[in-house]
Amino acid sequence: MSATKTIHGIYTDEELCLEGVKKIRANKVRIKDVFSPFPIHGLDPALGLPRTRIAICAFIYGITGTSLAILMTWFMMVHDWPQDIGGKPSMYYFMNWPAFIPVIFELTVFCAGHGMAITFFLRSWILPGVSPKNPDPRTTDDRFLILIEAKSEDEAKIVSMLRETGADEVNVK
Amino acid sequence: MSHVNTNNLTYHFSSKTQKNLLIICGIGVLMLILGMILWHAPEAAHGEHGGAEHHDHTASLGQRVWANVLVNGYFFGGLALAAVFFYAMQYAAQASWSTVFMRVFSAVGDFLWIGMALIAVVIILGDFHVHHLYHWQDADAYTNDPIMQHKAPYFNRIFYYGRTLVFILGWVWYQNWTRKNQSAEDQMSSFESRSANWMKNLKNAAIFLVFFGFTSSVFTWDVIMSIDTHWFSTLFGWYNFAGWWISAMIAFNLLAIHLKSRGQLEFVNPSHMHDLGKWMFAISFLWTYLWFSQFMLIWYSNVPEEVVYYMQRWEQYRGLFWITMLVNFVFPMLVLMSRDSKRNKSYVFFVGLLTLFFHWTDTFLLVMPGTVGNNWGIGFIEIGMFVAFLSFFVFWTLRALSKQPILAQNHALLPEGIHHHQ
Repeated sequence: MSATKTIHGIYTDEELCLEGVKKIRANKVRIKDVFSPFPIHGLDPALGLPRTRIAICAFIYGITGTSLAILMTWFMMVHDWPQDIGGKPSMYYFMNWPAFIPVIFELTVFCAGHGMAITFFLRSWILPGVSPKNPDPRTTDDRFLILIEAKSEDEAKIVSMLRETGADEVNVK
Repeated sequence: MSHVNTNNLTYHFSSKTQKNLLIICGIGVLMLILGMILWHAPEAAHGEHGGAEHHDHTASLGQRVWANVLVNGYFFGGLALAAVFFYAMQYAAQASWSTVFMRVFSAVGDFLWIGMALIAVVIILGDFHVHHLYHWQDADAYTNDPIMQHKAPYFNRIFYYGRTLVFILGWVWYQNWTRKNQSAEDQMSSFESRSANWMKNLKNAAIFLVFFGFTSSVFTWDVIMSIDTHWFSTLFGWYNFAGWWISAMIAFNLLAIHLKSRGQLEFVNPSHMHDLGKWMFAISFLWTYLWFSQFMLIWYSNVPEEVVYYMQRWEQYRGLFWITMLVNFVFPMLVLMSRDSKRNKSYVFFVGLLTLFFHWTDTFLLVMPGTVGNNWGIGFIEIGMFVAFLSFFVFWTLRALSKQPILAQNHALLPEGIHHHQ
């Protein structure tokens, strides 16, 4: 019978965990996920994850914010209710555009920042009421966890591999 | 350090490179002399007012040459000062990634005393009326001028020279102390002495940063803002500081790329270069932010004694004024935005060279309108002096770099810094 086993390798140090990831992957064992209380530098390339596309999203959200702000300042200050402020009449947009730069800048940052955060929450499904997918609550504190799903016949091999790379604790479910 | 090739830690400043740089410097000086010979008084300076009691200082050759000395001394001296500020910040922040560049930073900072000495010479000569860059140095500036009378205590010569001397000596002392400390650090073998030395650097850097924070702003008012004596801007110090800082970041990038291309700095990995490029990208935004903040507040409030500053630049320097702003803003933003381009040495090098020149024109725009006014130009005098200064600056920086190993091998944070990755 070849049932699937879930193996947790728990480390106390992020460098050990990172080295463990590299060694395990070098042995052609597939790592399902790694849980850590903070981002570990160099973990993404070690796991072989593709480059994040959030930067592209940020750019699109930012451009959206810029366009929205230009449209808003034009509508409010030029089209709908032009006012003469400081001797600068708002009959045409170009007469007053430097005054709108702060608004344009802020809305660009606002849209890029919020867009990125919301995209991240949706993509990782971190929402109010969603139960945590975290396999061990200690990974929100001071433990680093490598999650491997393997066939039961590989179990012994993987457990010893995790032990060799310095795992403090190995749990099999 | 097992992973560092210790045979490749000295920068060999070959006599051929030295000679070439000095030849370029000589060509710059020749261009300057040629420009001075070819110079002729602007049309408006002749006749018209025939025997007018007020001589137009802005139209003289001496005025233009000394204004250029101030532009270049301030640009390269400020660049070096920002380099000193930057490594002090790295110590104070206990940053490890930048330890691999420590010697590059301190080599760029080595031009500091030369730039500051030139600025001091320009100011002192002004008091002997060799030139008229500073209106506050004219003896008749204070009669019938309430604004000037109000500012007279600030321009009291003992106060002025006293504070300027304290500022310059404080900065130069810190730079020289760091260079000496680096040489001493290379001899330290025990872990305890290296840690103690790092703590000493941390302490001195923190003290320097406080000193620099107050003094750099006052220095910009004294040396540059006082040219337009009646005008003032509270953002001026920050704006100038941002200009120095971005110039220093460009210099670091260019120098690091040069060393990489020679096969040196092999302990510097792409993540280090990426972070250095990020700094250049970020500080170019800081500069633009402050440029625009100063401009927009003055443009928007439209107070006559404030807008004269921009009115003159708008009327007499319009093209240069906008090109400087746009190039320094748009090029780093568009070219260096993506991760790949910050890791591409030729992109960074190209943007660096271009924006370095346009930060020089930014300094030009700080000095020239108030000193030579409408009689400005970018001719043999300007280009010649810029080339001479630039080549001598490069010469001096490489000379400083060759005097010490290019890696701070005994820096307490080096083992962490050398493994920097993203």
